Amino acid sequence: MADFLVYALIAGVSIAMIAGPLGCFVVWRRMSYFGDTLAHASLLGVAFAILFSIQLQLAIIVCCLVFAGLLLLLERRQILATDTLLGIIAHSTLAFGLLVLSISDRVQIDLSSFLFGDLLTVTRTDLMWIVACCVMCALVLFRFWDQFLAITIHRELAIIEGLPVNRLYSLLVLLMALLIAVAMKIVGVLLITSLLIIPAAAARRFSTTPEQMAAGAAGIGVVAVSAGLAMSYLWDTPAGPSIVVSAFVLFMLAYAKPQRHR
Amino acid sequence: MTTDLLIKAQDISIELGGRSVLKDINLELRRSRLVTLIGPNGAGKTTLVRIVLGLLAPDSGKLERADGLRIGYMPQKLFIEPTLPLTVQRFLQLASPSINNLRPVLEEVRISHLLNQQVSKLSGGEMQRVLLARALSREPDLLVLDEPAQGVDVNGQVELYELINSIRDHHHCGVLMVSHDLHLVMAGTDEVICLNQHICCHGKPEHVSADPAYLALFGRREAQTLAVYTHNHNHVHDFKGGIVSDNCCDTDLKSGEHKHG
Repeated sequence: MADFLVYALIAGVSIAMIAGPLGCFVVWRRMSYFGDTLAHASLLGVAFAILFSIQLQLAIIVCCLVFAGLLLLLERRQILATDTLLGIIAHSTLAFGLLVLSISDRVQIDLSSFLFGDLLTVTRTDLMWIVACCVMCALVLFRFWDQFLAITIHRELAIIEGLPVNRLYSLLVLLMALLIAVAMKIVGVLLITSLLIIPAAAARRFSTTPEQMAAGAAGIGVVAVSAGLAMSYLWDTPAGPSIVVSAFVLFMLAYAKPQRHR
Repeated sequence: MTTDLLIKAQDISIELGGRSVLKDINLELRRSRLVTLIGPNGAGKTTLVRIVLGLLAPDSGKLERADGLRIGYMPQKLFIEPTLPLTVQRFLQLASPSINNLRPVLEEVRISHLLNQQVSKLSGGEMQRVLLARALSREPDLLVLDEPAQGVDVNGQVELYELINSIRDHHHCGVLMVSHDLHLVMAGTDEVICLNQHICCHGKPEHVSADPAYLALFGRREAQTLAVYTHNHNHVHDFKGGIVSDNCCDTDLKSGEHKHG
């Protein structure tokens, strides 16, 4: 197998393994719009990286984390309803990013690779960033799984039982930001949240505990990435959209099976 | 005596959204004592509970807690996202990871058979027992129950309140309970606090039910049915299956009244 395919597969599978469990929280906490906003904001990171010649991946990660922090602050202030706030930030950052990219003198950048991903051009350096970030996310998720679950199920009960609820929530959001920042290479700014939501939603159908759903989502994500890559290799389709379409097909299959009633 | 003191609130006041919700509240919660909080809607019951729980800080006044005070809280209800699959066992393990430590509590509230059920499929009464088990699994010094019998049918309510009484005796914890069903909780309650932004009256249940402030707040009819119920307490208990015809409290009380009237 060609190097670029191996790299793409390792990168895609790593992301999918983390996006599964993390995506469960996105579904449970109804944060998909939050994810979208972070993804859009990461395009601003691309713009800054190009304007100031900073390392691209680093710029995207920093930008995503900064916006995650900003969103957390604004959410706590409750100036506007959260979805209004997210709508404003999501689209302004996207527009701003596009604007900056269009006026930069390096015209040859391929905008669509940022919007829809470009998994097949993953380099060794990209791969190192992706795997390192995924391992970090995995460790944190594993260590704080029960706490994340507790604050998701009942916030006040968690506070009374002594959990630092605000800090845990911030940590969860930062994990999301980190994953979105590195996943941008795979499916692009516009499709990232689908990688979080679709496998988790598909896994819901077969799960009776949160852990089963998380593991199921990771598995479905891995299958979707592999199938999407195969599609892209065989028929020369764009990798990002192929992965999302594969995930969607798996989702439909999951729900095609009649639900057993208990 | 002072070692029994769990929480002492002095002159607590709070405003929420520019409106005075609680004014000069004094409250003492002690080990092995059950305090019931009653009051009309908007009286500030939930606010007071949230202050006791430490979820809300009062604007003025002092709240002292015993060192290392452990609180078990039973929320009014629990909404689980339909997208979140959760068994009763997993839910309880979030508070107490070892299922073996949980066994005695499961027996006590009689939910051992529910462990593998989805939380979202539980009936009202089962849900309340599960929430109670979670609160108890932390071996609390103080148990805080916010309208524990909500969504539970009358038979279940009587049983639930009996369970709460036995828990108080068994675990020697203090209990603070918000309840509308004063007629059902009378027997077990050590102190009733009647709240309407300030404490209107407080004391033993039979004392409170005769207090002019209580009568003014709840009306004479309610107060009388309460008195009738106290009088008939044992009787109604024995016949609870027969007399309670449906799940309306009023019918319950009237039928009790009839028997003796």
